[in-house]
Amino acid sequence: MKQPSLARLLLGQIGLENRIFRRSPTAAFFSLIFPLLMLLVFATLFGNDRIGPLGVTAAQFYAPALAVYGAVSTSYWNLSIHMVNSRELGVLKRMRGTPLPTWMFLGGRLASSAWIALLAVLIMMVVGVWLYDVTIYVHTLPAAALTFVVGVACFAALGCLVAALSPNSNATPPIASATLLPLGFISEVFIPPSASAPAWLGTVADFFPLKHFARAFSGAFSPTLHGSGFAWSDAGGTYAILPHLAVMAAWGIGGGLLAVRLFRWEPRPETVG
Amino acid sequence: MAAIVVDKVVKRYGGVTALSGVSLAIAEGEVFALLGPNGAGKTSLVEILEGHRDRDAGTVAVLGMDPATGGRALRERIGIVLQEGGLEGELTVIETVRYTATLFPKARPIEELIALVGLQEKMRARVRTLSGGQRRRLELALGLVGDPDLIFLDEPTTGFDPSARRQAWELVRALRTFGKTILLTTHYMDEAQALADRIAVIAHGRIVAEGTPATLGDRHRRGARVRFRVMTDVSLQDMPPPFAGKIGAWIEAEVKDTTAALHALTGWAVARRVELDGLTVVPPTLEDVYLDLIAEQAA
Repeated sequence: MKQPSLARLLLGQIGLENRIFRRSPTAAFFSLIFPLLMLLVFATLFGNDRIGPLGVTAAQFYAPALAVYGAVSTSYWNLSIHMVNSRELGVLKRMRGTPLPTWMFLGGRLASSAWIALLAVLIMMVVGVWLYDVTIYVHTLPAAALTFVVGVACFAALGCLVAALSPNSNATPPIASATLLPLGFISEVFIPPSASAPAWLGTVADFFPLKHFARAFSGAFSPTLHGSGFAWSDAGGTYAILPHLAVMAAWGIGGGLLAVRLFRWEPRPETVG
Repeated sequence: MAAIVVDKVVKRYGGVTALSGVSLAIAEGEVFALLGPNGAGKTSLVEILEGHRDRDAGTVAVLGMDPATGGRALRERIGIVLQEGGLEGELTVIETVRYTATLFPKARPIEELIALVGLQEKMRARVRTLSGGQRRRLELALGLVGDPDLIFLDEPTTGFDPSARRQAWELVRALRTFGKTILLTTHYMDEAQALADRIAVIAHGRIVAEGTPATLGDRHRRGARVRFRVMTDVSLQDMPPPFAGKIGAWIEAEVKDTTAALHALTGWAVARRVELDGLTVVPPTLEDVYLDLIAEQAA
């Protein structure tokens, strides 16, 4: 009678979650397909003109920005909805009654979410390079990779917080969408930075983590910035991810701690029995 | 050795007391049924034993471990069949069982188990396409897949058709012969009667009666219920007690000493050439005893 090893349990859980994802068309659409459609639309609309004050082609701006959107759709939007559905269906409660350690269940689910977010980013960048001649800079890839890890961790923590706060399955998609989509428009994800935008809008966006994810990741694909990205100050056109990562880490840690405190494993009880 | 020992367990939800000092012991290899109306504290007690819920006072030992802290070591030895749900709709039956099997150190053969609960035809069907009864049977399989020593069955046959119910009963009897301990909650008295070695009735957060199906609530000492009609036009006033003075189309009474009461009744009828139409003598059913116990508690 040999106890299954923790590694085997974790891999099994990741595999199971990936399988469920492959069979969930809505989740797959919003993570993988929808951001690609947006890229096609924007690249067609703006052609290969240089847009905005960035002085880059539409695809060079939109491919990384929408890759971020795909990653956030997966780790925040999908994760919170999947988590609440599992809670309402009693999956979380049933899993707690099995020998699978709780943190292993959550770890498997988060790892699967991160894996799908990675796929969303890779597909987006490959399509960008292949169809629209997006340029990849090798020296900034480590910074882009670290940004991805911190960003996905941050939004997964916030996704768990939404799951903890959401009362039921019906409420979760509106909560997740209402918090994500408006930010997308002011966080340099759907619309490039514009000189004519009022300053206060920028200040609002600076407070939330999405703009920091988008800036830190997109900077890696900017032809005008210089440096590897591992810098604190962006003075003189330096590519600097560290201030952005700090903001995301703060949101991730704060949101994660709150989620742990508030998380429920069972639906709200209707009666006490 | 006892599989479960519960001592003076208290559970409160805010100001509401769900369990007020429950104590009971379940022996290894026993099939124990917990009965009680909704809201009596049945689910609270079972969920404390399963480790799903904390208690406010008292001690609990499940297979010698405290379910609040037993963790993985305990959960490898118990199987839980919840009242509802917990299934991923997009997985197939065999994927669900096979995955759950990987969580346990020893697992039952998967296809054999699926056949045992009668789902072999549905092995490759997505869970979301199953009927309610088929889902319950899958949940039963998941509760058994780790070959547990102790099995919690929370209303295991709710929603089953009669033949599926009989099959489930056969399965529980088979588990019993393997020496498994089973804690069963049910609303069906015939189920408790058919399966349980012992029964406890819980009401208002307390155990109000405990015994075998035959002796619960002094069932074996209670008299039978006698029921008949008199179609002839005679005075019923001089019938022997406890029938005298009863009115209505059917005369019905619970008697203390069945033999003596029947002797007196038939003597009265023969002397007057009266036919006791549709005469039945029925010992109290488990349901009678149960309903009386619950009614006493409500009074």
